[in-house]
Amino acid sequence: MVTWIDALSKTRNKLSGALAKVFRKSDGLDDDTLEELEDTLLGADVSMSLVMEWTEALQKGYRGLQVSHREIVHDLLVGALGEPVAFEWPEEPRPYTVLIVGVNGTGKTTTAAKLAHHARKARLKPLLAATDTFRAAGADQLRVWAERVNCDVVAGQQGADAAAVAYDAVDAAMARNSDAVIIDTAGRMHTKQPLMNELGKVRRAIKSRLEREPDETWIVLDAGMGQNAIIQARQFHEMAPVTGVVVTKLDGSSKAGFVFSVVKELGVPVRFAGLGEGLDDLAVFDPSAFVDALLGSKQEETVQSGKGR
Amino acid sequence: MFDSLTGALQKIFKDLRGYGKLSERNVKDAMREVRLALLEADVHYEVVREFTARVREQCMGDEVLDSVTPGQQVIKRIHDEIVRLLGHERQDFDLSGKPASVMLLGLHGAGKTTTAGKLALRWKGEGKKVVLVACDIRRPAAVEQLQILGKQVGVDVITPEKGESVPALGRRARKRVEAEGADIALYDTGGRFQIDEELVRELKDLKEAVDPKNVALVVDAAIGQESVHVAETFHEAVGLTGLILTKLDGDARGGAALSIQHVTGCPILLVGVGERAEDLEPFYPERMASRILGMGDVVSLVEKAQSVVDQDDMVRMEERLRRNTFNFEDFLGQLKQMEKMGPLENLLDMLPGGMDVPEEARRRMGSDSSKEWGRAKAIIQSMTVTERRNPALIKGRRRERIARGSGTDKRAVNDLLKRFEQMKRMTKQMKKMEKRLRAGRK
Ligand SMILES: Nc1nc2c(ncn2[C@@H]2O[C@H](COP(=O)(O)OP(=O)(O)OP(=O)(O)O)[C@@H](O)[C@H]2O)c(=O)[nH]1
Ligand SMILES: Nc1nc2c(ncn2[C@@H]2O[C@H](COP(=O)(O)OP(=O)(O)OP(=O)(O)O)[C@@H](O)[C@H]2O)c(=O)[nH]1
Ligand SMILES: [Mg+2]
Ligand SMILES: [Mg+2]
Repeated sequence: MVTWIDALSKTRNKLSGALAKVFRKSDGLDDDTLEELEDTLLGADVSMSLVMEWTEALQKGYRGLQVSHREIVHDLLVGALGEPVAFEWPEEPRPYTVLIVGVNGTGKTTTAAKLAHHARKARLKPLLAATDTFRAAGADQLRVWAERVNCDVVAGQQGADAAAVAYDAVDAAMARNSDAVIIDTAGRMHTKQPLMNELGKVRRAIKSRLEREPDETWIVLDAGMGQNAIIQARQFHEMAPVTGVVVTKLDGSSKAGFVFSVVKELGVPVRFAGLGEGLDDLAVFDPSAFVDALLGSKQEETVQSGKGR
Repeated sequence: MFDSLTGALQKIFKDLRGYGKLSERNVKDAMREVRLALLEADVHYEVVREFTARVREQCMGDEVLDSVTPGQQVIKRIHDEIVRLLGHERQDFDLSGKPASVMLLGLHGAGKTTTAGKLALRWKGEGKKVVLVACDIRRPAAVEQLQILGKQVGVDVITPEKGESVPALGRRARKRVEAEGADIALYDTGGRFQIDEELVRELKDLKEAVDPKNVALVVDAAIGQESVHVAETFHEAVGLTGLILTKLDGDARGGAALSIQHVTGCPILLVGVGERAEDLEPFYPERMASRILGMGDVVSLVEKAQSVVDQDDMVRMEERLRRNTFNFEDFLGQLKQMEKMGPLENLLDMLPGGMDVPEEARRRMGSDSSKEWGRAKAIIQSMTVTERRNPALIKGRRRERIARGSGTDKRAVNDLLKRFEQMKRMTKQMKKMEKRLRAGRK
């Protein structure tokens, strides 16, 4: 599995900006520092309300103090992401069922494949379910991945009923004693009620065969998105209670600052980070590394020292 | 959090009416709200800074100072300024030359392949012979995806051969398209980051190989602050000629449109509003400006109403209204028209401040309104034809019968009758107003 540092090293030169310089200054948390911090956070797609909350807190708590601002800011941000939780496939219940949801093009299918690969590496027997029967070649895409992962796949015909495919997939997984079922769904706009209702139907179909709710429902959010990601998460959470977040495309130059709001609002952890287009490009989400990339200064040092290892 | 800019500005200028002068303080407060709105819409923070500085200057000018409704004046200023930045004149692809060629590029999952299908359909509909070229040689089933789309819209798709590089494919496709005498060659490329030097080089090489007059960046409307860096870097590397904004059918405010235009100066050519091949629309700066400001898309609403409402019916109804013979048959017709426009909650998205309506209220409104429409329909359908045509006949006993017939009660029937009378009055007033407005404009 890739490490954050490897994946982020591509962008490290672009990261260290004015903020890094400001952090190196030692004369207290002054207005300049706060302003730079504000710009950095805004430029990283952190919501305005959190930016205001944090800069106010910093101003009240540390203004003028001779402290290591970087550490304080770093800790404040990491704290806002909750405890890091490494994901391991639980022994129970079987088949462990993960439903993947999100708007169009965020990386659901790729993530589903990566997760199946992750399960395979944990010596489990996963099954991939392709319920995207709408988008051209949506199911073919997952079929190709299943072949590469070398795992079972149940895919619907173009135009087939997504809920029926989900049901069949769970059914097959139970019949074949699969350890995990990863159910990829079609991309859908959270604003389109009929499509959101279809998602509800998919969930009910899973439940009717599994005799319990899906064990996980993970929303896939594209790191490149801005404030709308928060609304997406909220709306999906209403239709299909979300238990975790996967942030994809973090190997690019976007910082995905919206996750602070998502974590805060939904109260669920970020499980994984997508760091590339390959099967191995999935890493357990590391809040500290995430914040380092966002603040963009210590990063550089870490990369250099990391290379020696 | 953000209740709509209009509301916020009105609050700031609330006490101002009597004086009608903007103080520096007012303008400053107003600009803070504008800044919030623009950031919330994902406009790049530096663009926001420049923008608010400029508008602040303008607002301190005379016109606004003398205005009696400063809140609206300020909004208009801002709106106009955004429209100006987004570009007034409609621009289109340069389809001169035979074949004309178009290259699509952008980040992963932005909607390039889907847009390729949409463009092919559009140009085919204009009688052109279009050929699609599948230049995504990496993503699983990317070629199949374009092949399926090509089949759906009925155009040929050139696919890569085993081991063929993207520029080589481009060269081969170019020759073939020329030989076949096609009008337009449309190259769909794989998703990539602007910072991925190797893959950006591939784009440059493809561009060199096919020498396209059009290089369009496909951008997801929900993109965040990086849009500036993305567009700038791609622009420097390959030279963009236009933008296509996708997924505007969602509720992303699309501030990137403003940021990208700011750094590249490239026009927005078209917008994607859905997943189907038909879901491609012209770009309207006015609408985009309203959307970015969170003011709702009033123009779209009006147009939607026009597109689903049967124009003949409307004319007939207007005629009857004028002659004062509007009756329950017409009312029933109108109810059906309203149903066609979809649930009320969808319309909400297009109204000013609509996006901020809490989900709960929104849902209630949706189901309440459809329930109510259903009830009204049932009541009208329980009237005899004579009653429908002469609502004045519907009195005591008849009302009771209708209530029973429709499974409602007398109160519901009375309500409907009352509302019917109100509606008649209102529609008449609206007609009058419209006439007056028209006269005024001349
Ligand atoms: N660089 C990078 N690319 C990614 C990552 N995850 C997905 N992608 C790419 O993003 C694009 C979209 O990925 P898909 O998995 O097809 O997205 P999806 O959500 O299934 O899309 P729809 O089903 O059409 O809604 C593809 O080009 C993927 O290769 C990631 O973590 N990093
Ligand atoms: N709702 C909506 N979905 C869209 C629109 N345009 C594209 N999509 C969807 O977005 C997803 C990604 O679209 P693609 O055309 O595969 O994107 P791409 O840029 O070719 O992706 P890669 O080649 O993997 O980089 C698909 O689910 C499309 O159906 C649009 O305007 N509205
Ligand atoms: Mg998919
Ligand atoms: Mg594509």
